[in-house]
Amino acid sequence: MTARRAETATASTLCLRVEDWNGHLPGQHVDVRLTAPDGYQAARSYSLAAPAAGGVDGVLEITVQRLPDGEVSAFLTDDLVVGDRLELRGPLGNWFVWQQDDPAPVLLVAGGAGLVPLMSMIRARDRAHIPTPFRLIHSVRTPDDRIYADELERLAAQPGGPSVTWLYTRTAPQTDKRRPGRLRPNDLNDGSNWTLDAAPTCFVCGPTGFVEEASNHLLAAGHHANRIRTERFGGR
Amino acid sequence: MTEHRDGNSLAGALADIFAAEITSAQVQCRACGLATTLAQLLVYGPEPGYVGRCPGCAEHVLRVAKTPAGTWLDLGGSTSLLFSTMAPSPTGAASSARTGRVSS
Amino acid sequence: MVNVTRGFRSRRFATDDRLPPGQYLTDGFPVLSAGPTPAVPQDEWSFMVRNGGQVLRSWAWDEFMALDAQDITVDIHCVTRWSRLDTTWRGVAVDDLLADVDTAAEYVLARSYGGYTTNLPLEDLLDGKAWIAYEHDGEDLPPEHGGPARLLIPHLYLWKSAKWIKSLDLVEDDDPGFWETLGYHDYGDPWREQRYQGD
Repeated sequence: MTARRAETATASTLCLRVEDWNGHLPGQHVDVRLTAPDGYQAARSYSLAAPAAGGVDGVLEITVQRLPDGEVSAFLTDDLVVGDRLELRGPLGNWFVWQQDDPAPVLLVAGGAGLVPLMSMIRARDRAHIPTPFRLIHSVRTPDDRIYADELERLAAQPGGPSVTWLYTRTAPQTDKRRPGRLRPNDLNDGSNWTLDAAPTCFVCGPTGFVEEASNHLLAAGHHANRIRTERFGGR
Repeated sequence: MTEHRDGNSLAGALADIFAAEITSAQVQCRACGLATTLAQLLVYGPEPGYVGRCPGCAEHVLRVAKTPAGTWLDLGGSTSLLFSTMAPSPTGAASSARTGRVSS
Repeated sequence: MVNVTRGFRSRRFATDDRLPPGQYLTDGFPVLSAGPTPAVPQDEWSFMVRNGGQVLRSWAWDEFMALDAQDITVDIHCVTRWSRLDTTWRGVAVDDLLADVDTAAEYVLARSYGGYTTNLPLEDLLDGKAWIAYEHDGEDLPPEHGGPARLLIPHLYLWKSAKWIKSLDLVEDDDPGFWETLGYHDYGDPWREQRYQGD
């Protein structure tokens, strides 16, 4: 690990330098495996948060949400120090991936830390100066739970930048017109051409319950099932 | 709701035993006939093992367990796997999984 | 030993002589599931003892509640290495359910709502070693822990204590069940650490 930075009170981004990394696709993940001196092992999957930086040795970023009683997440966010070595496998997964040469607009729907693989897509688009229209809808509990908020605001303000909307389930900023609460059908079907005319590719990622709700809303709004790609990371 | 994830999470466990990337393969459920991308199976586990269930009928389509003896794989709940030649090739990067070593 | 992660410690800390080898103590009650939790209302629940496809005994919920019940305090051990001590249950001894059943079978395949199965020697279900439990901690057994009712056979790893139990099928052969066909041990004695085939 070459660096770690806090994203929120409970989420941290880890920068990992890997020898001979051959690159990865936006949306892919890695498996991190921890081994105790007595041989006990614990492994978890983490989405890559950005395209690889650096030259032959790729620098990867993963963002880890610290879970209550989370054996692996607590170790990665609290105990690991710069200079420590980790065992990881990847890149993994070839389905929940944005193809950069696909001209279709992209609708990203994230619940909580489900933003991580979608941020990789947003960053890949920005770094490669790809004009494909992107729209992100990110559902979080409170404004303080937003990861990458400053960077997203900066990108959204640029000409041709992604459109970014935050939805709050518990506490919203006073300027927010939407009543805080869970995802509602009109959050994803606001009458704009994003919903149907543009026939976007939809990427939905988050806790399992959130992903089920979001994809049901998208189907109800008329999106085709084969244009919706989902990744569930458990929980309720 | 019981906690489950989806087939995206099987990529690492199956990278040990498949040369091709498997989560983008199409798998057909033996019980109801639904063909779906492996990434879209409902996945329970990882302990005692992964159980990948059909999103249509909830029957188990595949099971994977890691024991000291090795990786156990049961595909008995599926009729077939399709590794499509039409799958869009990933842009500009190797798609096969491998083990990386992280240096400090 | 390969690639030990600096600073990472396993949770195997306690050395209690009530803990089988390789187990750690937990206060919680982790939920492991191999599928969605079946919704079985009590008024649709029934439990059967079968032999060669023939139903020998069958109880509806009310009939089952009318059977003599026992309060049970036992330690439980999961193959994923957690153990809990002094867990309390209420249920009917399998001895009572199999009383007067005349069979040459030596094994039992326990079957659950939702399709789960596990194989057991018949003698391990008898002599006060196993129950069909419907209360835990003085409450109705919650669905995520196997309610309305589950098998409780605490001297074996907990995957043998089938949740959402539907029937005990008396069989001649020890045909492996759900996890036993995927590398797990046919018997599963925690004190002999019989986790996997060959242990």
